[in-house]
Amino acid sequence: MANVELTNVRKVYGSSVEAVKGINIAIEDGALCVLVGPSGCGKSTLLRMIAGLESITDGTVKIDNKVVNELGPAERDIAMVFQNYALYPHMKVYDNMAYGLRNRGMPKDQIDKRVKDAAQILELTQLLERRPKELSGGQRQRVAMGRAIVRSPKVFLFDEPLSNLDAKLRGQMRVEIKNLQRQLGVTSVYVTHDQLEAMTLADILVVMNAGSVEQIGAPLDIYEKPASTFVASFIGAPPMNLVPVKADHSGLVLKDGTRIGAEGLSIPATGALIGFRPEDLEVSAGTDTHIGGLALDLKVLGVEPVGAESYVYGIIGGERVVVRVPGRSTSNTDDQLRVIIPKQKLHLFGADGKRI
Amino acid sequence: MIQNNPVGRLIAHVILIIGILIVAFPIYYTFVASTQTLQEILRPPLSLLPGGHFWENYSAALFGGVGRIGGVGVDRLLFNTLVMALGIAIGKICISILSAYAIVFFRFPGRMIFFWLIFITLMLPVEVRILPTYKIMVDLGLIDTYTGLILPLMASATATLLFRQFFMTIPGELVEAARVDGAGPWRFFKDILLPLSKTNIAALFVILFIYGWTQYLWPLLMTNRNDMSTIVIGLRKMISFADADTEWHLVMVTCILAILPPIVVVVLMQRWFVRGLVETEK
Repeated sequence: MANVELTNVRKVYGSSVEAVKGINIAIEDGALCVLVGPSGCGKSTLLRMIAGLESITDGTVKIDNKVVNELGPAERDIAMVFQNYALYPHMKVYDNMAYGLRNRGMPKDQIDKRVKDAAQILELTQLLERRPKELSGGQRQRVAMGRAIVRSPKVFLFDEPLSNLDAKLRGQMRVEIKNLQRQLGVTSVYVTHDQLEAMTLADILVVMNAGSVEQIGAPLDIYEKPASTFVASFIGAPPMNLVPVKADHSGLVLKDGTRIGAEGLSIPATGALIGFRPEDLEVSAGTDTHIGGLALDLKVLGVEPVGAESYVYGIIGGERVVVRVPGRSTSNTDDQLRVIIPKQKLHLFGADGKRI
Repeated sequence: MIQNNPVGRLIAHVILIIGILIVAFPIYYTFVASTQTLQEILRPPLSLLPGGHFWENYSAALFGGVGRIGGVGVDRLLFNTLVMALGIAIGKICISILSAYAIVFFRFPGRMIFFWLIFITLMLPVEVRILPTYKIMVDLGLIDTYTGLILPLMASATATLLFRQFFMTIPGELVEAARVDGAGPWRFFKDILLPLSKTNIAALFVILFIYGWTQYLWPLLMTNRNDMSTIVIGLRKMISFADADTEWHLVMVTCILAILPPIVVVVLMQRWFVRGLVETEK
């Protein structure tokens, strides 16, 4: 068990391409930290730097309060689960799991016990004599987990481990990984581009963009208080609606010139973006007396029923938005709706994209 | 094109049988001739059935010390050829798998230069290199030695390239997984790369063994002593220009004996190919 601490970690490829720009993250012992971001944001590079597979240009990586910058991957006491599992194709499941232990010179009986224990936890006992190609995707995924568990490392590193599974299996494995991580209490770093995985797994969520950290925090805190428009539109599905506004002497002006009451919002002179989650809109019954909310007109473009809820797509002030309504929606295309955003559910971002 | 039409099948079979006859008949004819006496061979027409001198001819060829090749038995020639073919096949595989390993998995200065140097040798045919190589072998005093026969033929750009192409298909994650598992370069090579290359090695071994077995020009230059000759050179020496001088029945025996080892290698290794194809462990 150990904590992981990244201080000003940078990665520069060649002489000028900065893939990771000075990142600071502290992960407590036993916590599961998820790095999430679009592809190319540097999250995998960061993970590989923690693993020791990629050299660190600048800054320090500490595992268990010890700087590991100069140590090789095998000496860092970490275990990694790869996106394509990276099982040794010519070895049986048992040998795949035992290989790392054998390389460390662990006695045979001890290896046997560890492999069997891990197989028990992961329900792989029946499959120990099989080869990877005889296994299904989910089983391979488990073997890859098993290979990590038997090492009982200080840190688990997951590099998009579920992205090769189908949607149903992915949900199932997500729960299993979470439970396993809780049960073993091993500090973990998990990389994904899937915001749902990120939200459900993380103790600490790190949202990355273009080599920098956009926001660090508990998943729900980030969801409720995104620090920037990037985080707001990346976390949550469908993403947060963002409507640009400008202030003038008598109120607020939307993109298409619609005027609305300021309702006590202070908008900077450079303009701002009003953000609201699709589920935070209230469709008004016409009596426009809602207090402490922003009243807006929405023109319906289309409705998507998905069963438990419906998504109403529309336009507010020239900007496309989505509204999530429970159950069936009674709206039809080209309807005009009066929607109200309660003031406490309103997010305001400056012209630079930062939260105000 | 699977047809159940009986006429179609008949035609297909006839074509196949004709094909097999064309390929197999000369070999059968050689075998028939190898069981006759010299007089029977020289008095046409030659019978199409094996004669009664099988043991006589074969033991004469193997252990009798055939006159034309200076009293050296075919057994000695076979042994020489076997040493040479095995040496070339195994040596080539060892050297090329190691150099491909270095080129694909290590980053060192001049990596691409080395790769291109190896690659360029493909463009130089043996005949171009043969005189300088011969000179070097003479200077090293390696004429009439197994080392002299094997060493110059061991470096192989083709095999290196084949292994390189195969190694490039090994996913980077597998290499990284091995690093995390604490496998150093040597362990990775031994525990992961070699087992994965099994079928490639088997295929190359067959090709290279036959390549070594059928070498003609190089052994011709390198060997002066009859007891260092290879079987192909031996055959050539047995055939004299005056027809009556040539012991044709023994030549035929030697031919059959020369064909056998490559056939054995192919047949044995074929099972590996099939296993490799069925399992596809990549």
